[in-house]
Amino acid sequence: MKLELRGITKRFGSLVANDSISLTVQPGEVHALLGENGAGKSTLMNVLYGLYQPDEGQILLDDEAVVFAGPGDAMQAGIGMVHQHFMLIPVFTVAENVMLGHEPTHAGGVLDLAKARELVREISSRFGFEISPDALVSDLPVGAQQRVEIIKALSRDAKVLVLDEPTAVLTPQETDELMVIMKQLAASGTSIVFITHKLREVQAVADTITVIRLGKVVGEAEPTASSAELASLMVGRDVDLTVDKPPLHAGADALVVTELTHFDDHGQKLLDDVSFTVRAGEILAIAGVQGNGQTELTEAILGLRHRVYGSVKLGGRELVGSSVRDILDAGVGYVPEDRKKDGLVGEFSVAENLMLDRSFAGPFTKGLGVDFAHRDEFAREAIGEFDIRTPGGSTPAGRLSGGNQQKVVLARELSRDLQLFIASQPTRGVDVGSIEFIHERIVAVRDSGIPVLIVSTELDEITALADRIAVMYRGRIVDIVPSDTPRSTLGQLMAGVVA
Amino acid sequence: MTALAPVHETVAAPPRNWKTPIVLSVLAAVTFVVFGLLGNAQEVTFRWSEADDTISLASLVVASQPLCLVLGVLTLLGAGFAYYRAYRREKVPLWVSIGVGALFIIGLFANVGAGATVPVVFILTGAIGLSTAVIFGSLAGVVGERVGVANIAIEGQLLAGAFVAAVVASVTDSLFLGLIAAMIGGALVSMVLAVFSLRYVVDQIVVGVVLNVLVVGITNFFYSAVLSDNSEEFNFPGTLPSLPIPLLSSIPVIGPVFFDQRITTYVMFLLIPTVWFVLFKTKWGLRIRAVGEHPLAADTVGINVNNTRFWTVTVAGLIAGFGGAALTIGSVGAFVREMSAGQGFIALAAVILGRWNPWLAAVAALLFGFSRNFRIWAGQIGSPIPPDLIAMTPYLVTLIAVSVLVGKAVAPAAVGKPYIKE
Amino acid sequence: MSTDQSVNALPPQPRANQLLQAVLGGGFVRTLLAIVLAFAVASLLIIFTNEDVITASGYLFGRPGDFFSAAGSAVGDAYAALFRGSIYNYNADTVVAAFRPLTETLRFAGPLIAGGLGVALSFRVGMFNIGAQGQILVGAAFASFASSMIHLPYGIHLIVAVLFGLVGSALWAAIVGVLKAFTGAHEVIVTIMLNYIAISLVTYLMRTPLLHDMEGSNNPMTIPPDPTAVLPRILGEGFALHLGFVFAIIAVVVYWWLMERSTTGFRLRMVGINPDAARTAGIDVRKIYILAMTLSGLFVGLAAVNQALGREGSFTPSVDGGIGFDAITVALLGGSRALGVLGAGILFGALKAGGPAMQVADVAPEVLGVVQALIVLFIAAPPLIRTIFHLPGRPKRAPRKVKATKQLEEAS
Repeated sequence: MKLELRGITKRFGSLVANDSISLTVQPGEVHALLGENGAGKSTLMNVLYGLYQPDEGQILLDDEAVVFAGPGDAMQAGIGMVHQHFMLIPVFTVAENVMLGHEPTHAGGVLDLAKARELVREISSRFGFEISPDALVSDLPVGAQQRVEIIKALSRDAKVLVLDEPTAVLTPQETDELMVIMKQLAASGTSIVFITHKLREVQAVADTITVIRLGKVVGEAEPTASSAELASLMVGRDVDLTVDKPPLHAGADALVVTELTHFDDHGQKLLDDVSFTVRAGEILAIAGVQGNGQTELTEAILGLRHRVYGSVKLGGRELVGSSVRDILDAGVGYVPEDRKKDGLVGEFSVAENLMLDRSFAGPFTKGLGVDFAHRDEFAREAIGEFDIRTPGGSTPAGRLSGGNQQKVVLARELSRDLQLFIASQPTRGVDVGSIEFIHERIVAVRDSGIPVLIVSTELDEITALADRIAVMYRGRIVDIVPSDTPRSTLGQLMAGVVA
Repeated sequence: MTALAPVHETVAAPPRNWKTPIVLSVLAAVTFVVFGLLGNAQEVTFRWSEADDTISLASLVVASQPLCLVLGVLTLLGAGFAYYRAYRREKVPLWVSIGVGALFIIGLFANVGAGATVPVVFILTGAIGLSTAVIFGSLAGVVGERVGVANIAIEGQLLAGAFVAAVVASVTDSLFLGLIAAMIGGALVSMVLAVFSLRYVVDQIVVGVVLNVLVVGITNFFYSAVLSDNSEEFNFPGTLPSLPIPLLSSIPVIGPVFFDQRITTYVMFLLIPTVWFVLFKTKWGLRIRAVGEHPLAADTVGINVNNTRFWTVTVAGLIAGFGGAALTIGSVGAFVREMSAGQGFIALAAVILGRWNPWLAAVAALLFGFSRNFRIWAGQIGSPIPPDLIAMTPYLVTLIAVSVLVGKAVAPAAVGKPYIKE
Repeated sequence: MSTDQSVNALPPQPRANQLLQAVLGGGFVRTLLAIVLAFAVASLLIIFTNEDVITASGYLFGRPGDFFSAAGSAVGDAYAALFRGSIYNYNADTVVAAFRPLTETLRFAGPLIAGGLGVALSFRVGMFNIGAQGQILVGAAFASFASSMIHLPYGIHLIVAVLFGLVGSALWAAIVGVLKAFTGAHEVIVTIMLNYIAISLVTYLMRTPLLHDMEGSNNPMTIPPDPTAVLPRILGEGFALHLGFVFAIIAVVVYWWLMERSTTGFRLRMVGINPDAARTAGIDVRKIYILAMTLSGLFVGLAAVNQALGREGSFTPSVDGGIGFDAITVALLGGSRALGVLGAGILFGALKAGGPAMQVADVAPEVLGVVQALIVLFIAAPPLIRTIFHLPGRPKRAPRKVKATKQLEEAS
């Protein structure tokens, strides 16, 4: 089926998420939609899928204009979508998930499970998936869940399949397999819209590439285009993620993590014998596909997790078993992976967020009360020093842009006497200008002789910042390698392959 | 390409779950020690038939203490088996828990009733009668929570149903119309809940609590402004008749308990499997549960989340309203101020105790009625146990159960969360 | 799907934000309109149950004037009685009697304000404490014990009795915090169960020598407090208004300082809005839950003391007088803020004080319960009020849409 978007505009208040976007997807084509985080790709696809109504513009299927009041209409018209965050119900079986919304039934609305199972088996075998229709989705690994999503779309005879950042949660191997599936689907006549911000994947699989930036189409390209060309289209200027980093002056071992192991409440081992050291004045970056224990590692160091065994020594002091507050007081600065959930209180003002972890004692307190004068003064200074774009210190932090929110977190965490600095995904969902600023600040921390631990799933960020790189896979550190290790080697390590 | 890194054992042996064996061993210890070793040697009479029964069974007369010792040994065996299963990280079968629980209850009656009579039929029918409204309420609660709406207003729905049933039945002289009106009354309360929580996105618990206060206020107002002065005209509905089912109703014990009841009770018996079947075996049930677990996922497959929630909650209101009718025309007849007396809240507790399953929720609700009837019986035979403490027991058990026993994971994931989209 | 729900085994707080939206809402104009609307609905109830009106409606089309004048006088009489009963009795013979209704309003407001503050505090921490009823009962039982079984001199006795009451309520409330913190049990169901347990327990105790005069009647009832432990009247014997109201005013100030100015309040509010961020900021969220419920119980305890020591007589297990649930509506109407709760408490106090006068005017005072519920219902749904009164909608439609985006992003 041929899909055409004409002049799609979507506004959220004063924010224009999609600005007159037009593109055409030919039948049987893999059409990559390339753009940075926040460029408006997901909004566009939600418009296409009927989750949002466009303010202007038209959607055409096989040259006929269509209007989708909801996802039901879009599906009816033959559009299937694999969301970035899977739209699966964990407590349902595969068959139940696949049939939901178009259930085969006996008389009287009684579910025909046999038919649903058969459908799952049939589609699975067509693409060589090994998925049992009776497995609970929550028991399936991430890669298999994604396949359930694909089965779900195909079970509704999707002629256009939209894949929204499908590789974010996959290992390189699983990614390769997905590429094969995409080509297979395209060959069978399905049109594929592949949304991503990863250049290499686009080059590997796309027939056509549309690049969008800040809600606008900025160009179309052939897959033969070089990475540099694509990247500069994507960010709008010659992308240079390398940071001016003075030579390393590492001191003694400052953070020593030994045999750190962590179980979740179900007895699942999430960290497995993790050992590494970070020297004073050094950045150790942890690379890996999302969900391989990186989040758990930083949270375990900060004392946020139970059932943690092993040792974390900071300047000779054992941190395992201490409370979060004691660990923070020991001089650990921490930028959490999900700043909206863990880093900020959205309804609190910028000034309040800047004193979030310092309400117990110190300059922000006066007796049992808050020292409002100091709080506001501190906010004024931090807003200036970190270039936080906000109407003022009393604006709720939730109203700021991602980059400015991150600067609030950074300003707070860097304003203490640090012994260790941990930043998890420090530039996720942050605009390019702020990325540069944040990277500079992180390097400045390193140069002041503090050990720095960075977690990132973006290899570009890893190679730009790291003095050494530790690669995690399934809760273990596969290897620790120098920062100039080739990308291909890192990729293999991220898949658990030991060189 | 070289070998994959060795994949370590990623799953530790899961922790053993000792909760069930501990609970069972406590019950067993009480049965054996308190009822048995420290028990009462007097005889207890289990009476199976009432005077007017067609087929009369002889009463069973046994000495309380030896009986309880036997029961104690059996419960101890059950508890021991539970420990064995838990040690092997296996599930304790449900029948073991139910068996130990049943033996404990027999022991309790044998102990308290030593020197007196245990009228089995009276106790069971009374328990069902006292539970009817709660069971309807709990079914309404299960339905509502399964679709993701926490319904604190069950209390108000029962009260509204009770009031409307009595008034409409009095005015129209038709008990049938009273039943229908009660359902509509319950559904109206539900619709207000749904409109406020879905359309205006007010916190569901806030709306629920306020609706309860509102229904109490309105029924109290009409009661004192209209009903109390004109009770002949507005509050004299009569009661639904007993409808014994021929033959079946003459089976000893089972007959009077299950087959000689009012229409409200029969509907209740039928509604429990119906709710279960609809929720778990039909496409509407699948969609309801999908909306309650992951509304966004349901939306992306074309299910209208808020519509589904609205109509499902309305149906829950019909059920609760019907249960309210059981309080007036299904029982005493006339309406009394605030006569729901917290039964809606108990229904809510039964939903949680019953893990959002209609069968288990109904059983949990039945236990409340059972304990209320136990208190009545214990009072009649002059038991020295303070009645206030007996009255407290079911709430205490619920408190312990919700905080210790019930896992957190079983609740529908999206209960109480609004689904906001453009 | 999401694998990291195991963090510290604390329950998620999805409802907190939304609860706060509901409890913090309410501008002045909107509140006023909600009150007007609630009274308007109540007027309809009064009109259609009034006998003169019903008679007149028989010949509505013949003489519509009769109908409307009957309706008007029914409503007018009812609200005039409410005014006389709760604010100023213009029919009274003496000045003292004329102003007595106002002091009665304040007397009723005292426990409502204190209880409302307690519930409001739990709201601000993202918890729905609907256990004020049980907390009042336990606090009252404690206060009764101290006031009748312990005998102390003037002054000291009152202080001891008040402290007993506060501690009793706080202990009962703390159970909720402990259970929530360590087992993840939902506070709504826990508080409901604790209400019933408190009723049975206190009824039981009121039959035992601990609280009961065993030579007296068999009904559960306390022994009257020693005169040394009764809250003294503050406007002389002509008025029943007692020290409890002053305590409530002090509580308002304390609550304001605690929530808006203190570091403890900062942490309480932080946990209420975003417990994840609070934990990351080194705050022990469990401790905060326990602390919050204890503090909540202390404020509720003041309501218990008001009920138990506000009069000379003994009391029964119905001592809470519905204040446990009224406190929830007070907290909601007051937006969980100090001044709001003060205003809401006085308003609902007036509704309680005006009841008897309405009864005299032959209007069922229960209509005031309807008013109370409707006010809160209308307040909770701002768009409803805006629609009914054609108020301009807020210009920013953006946040609602952004929320859907956010939900999409965050769904996992």
